[in-house]
Amino acid sequence: MSGPAITRGLSTMAGLACVLLIGLLILPVVALAWSSSPSAMLAGLTHPMFAPALVLSLRTTLCSLTLTVALGTPLAWWLAVSDSRTARAVAVLVDLPIVIPPAVMGVALLQTFGRQGLLGPLLGSIDVAVPFTDSAVIIAQLVVSAPFFVQAAANAFAKVDADTLIVARTLGASAPAAFFRVAVPIALPGLVAGASLAWARALGEFGATLLFAGNMPGSTQTMPLAIFSALESDVQLAVVFSLVLSALGVMLLAGLRVLPTVMYAARSR
Amino acid sequence: MSRWSATVKARLGGFLLHVDLEAQDASIVALIGANGSGKTTFLRAVAGAVIPEIAEITVEQTVLSSTQAGLHVPMEHQRIGYLPQGYGLFSHLNVIDNVAFGLSTGRRRQGRAQRQDQARRVLQDLGCEALAERRIGGLSGGEQQRVALARALVIEPQLLLLDEPLAALDATTRRKVRGMLAARLANIPCPTIMVTHDVRDIAALDAHVVVLEQGRVVQSGALQTLQSAPATEFVAEFVGPH
Repeated sequence: MSGPAITRGLSTMAGLACVLLIGLLILPVVALAWSSSPSAMLAGLTHPMFAPALVLSLRTTLCSLTLTVALGTPLAWWLAVSDSRTARAVAVLVDLPIVIPPAVMGVALLQTFGRQGLLGPLLGSIDVAVPFTDSAVIIAQLVVSAPFFVQAAANAFAKVDADTLIVARTLGASAPAAFFRVAVPIALPGLVAGASLAWARALGEFGATLLFAGNMPGSTQTMPLAIFSALESDVQLAVVFSLVLSALGVMLLAGLRVLPTVMYAARSR
Repeated sequence: MSRWSATVKARLGGFLLHVDLEAQDASIVALIGANGSGKTTFLRAVAGAVIPEIAEITVEQTVLSSTQAGLHVPMEHQRIGYLPQGYGLFSHLNVIDNVAFGLSTGRRRQGRAQRQDQARRVLQDLGCEALAERRIGGLSGGEQQRVALARALVIEPQLLLLDEPLAALDATTRRKVRGMLAARLANIPCPTIMVTHDVRDIAALDAHVVVLEQGRVVQSGALQTLQSAPATEFVAEFVGPH
C-alpha cells in the first residue's frame, strides 16, 4: 500500500517544497559551472591575483584550523564533562559568533585589537599591530569558525562513556593517557567532522576579514576577497575563482560525509 | 589479617552513604540494594574514581586511600580490576588490544609482542582466545563480558570490582554466562566485590551478601541466613522465592 490517504495532499505540497529548495540550492552551482569556459578557466588560473589569494587562503586556514583544534579540544572536553552552571554559560558564549553576523564580528575585532581598541594600548606598547595583517586574517577565521568545532567536539566527547575512562585509569593509564588513548579515539569521527566544518567556514570567511584585515593582494586578500575584487572588473575571473573555491568546498563535504562512515565501518568490522 | 577493607562515607543526594566492609579471604562479596542506594558509588570510591568525604581503603596491607592520613594513591598506581555496568570496552580497539591495554601504559607497560602474548593467555584461560582479532562492535553480550573480565584480569588485580556483570544480558544468555562467571571466579585467587540485582547470581557464586538501603548496610551474611531471618522488607523481598 502507498502512503496513507489523509496525508496525500500534504505530501504533494511537501514534494513541491523539496523540489523548489533543492533547485535553489543546486542551480547557482550549475550556473557557475555553465558560465565558464576552458579558455576563461586558463586565463583565471594564470591571473596574477589567483595564486597569492589561494596560497594565502590555504596558509591562513591551516593556521586557524590548527589553533582551533589545539585550543578548542580542551574547551570542548570541559564543556562535555562539566555539569556546572559556568560550563553551561560558557557553552552559550562560545556559540555567540555563530549568531552574530560576520561583519559585526569584524567591527568587534577592530574594537578589540585596533589602535583605539580595548587591547590597543597594550599591543602598541609592545609595538604589535594586528589589524590589516595576515594575523588579523587568522584571528577573524578563528573567531568565526572555532564555535563549529567546539560544538561538534563537545557533542562527540559527551558520548564517550565515563566508565571507559575509569577503566582505562584502573588499567594503569594516567589522566592524560586515558584522554588521548581512549576519549580522543572514540570521539574522533565527531572531532574530524567538527574540524572539517570549521575549516569550511574559515575558508569562506569574508565579512569579518574584510573589515578587520582589509583586502590587500598578497597579504590579506583571501579567495573570497579576491572574488569580491575580481567581480568589480571581470565577471569571468570571479566565476573561475568561485569555481575553485566551490571545488574545495565539495571535496571537503565529500570528505566530511565519507570519512566518519569509513571510520565507523572500520571499527565495527 | 584482612585481604581488603573499605570504609566509605559520602553525601549522596538525600542521604549519607556509609559503608564499612572487609574480607579475610578471596571470597565474593555481593552488594545488593535498590537503585540509588549507593552501590555503584561505593564501587567507584573503592576503585578511586570518586574521592568521597571519608575513605579508608586498604588492600593486601597497602593503604590506597586514607582521608585521615591525607593519602590517595592515584587510580593508575593501584591494582584494582573494575568491570563497570555495560563493560566500558574500548570500541576503537579490537579484543586483543582491549585486553592488552593494561600492559600498554603506565608502570606495567611491556613491549607489544609480550603484552599480546600475555593478553592471549588470559583470553585462553577464559576460553575465548578465538575472539582475539574481533572488533568490539561484533561481540555478543556474553562475549563482551568475558573480554571485559579478561581485560581486568590481565593486570593481576588484588581486588576485583564487578558492577552488575550480568545485567546487560538477556535471560537465556544470563543463565549460561552466570555459570561460566561462577566457574571463572572460583578459579581466581582474587577477592571480589560484585553489585547485583539478582539473587540467583548470589546463589551461583556462593557470595557473602551485603544489603544496602539508603546508603546504609542493613544486613549482611550468607544467603541462607538472610532467607531465614530477613532484617527488612527489602531483604525479604529480594531473597524470597522468585
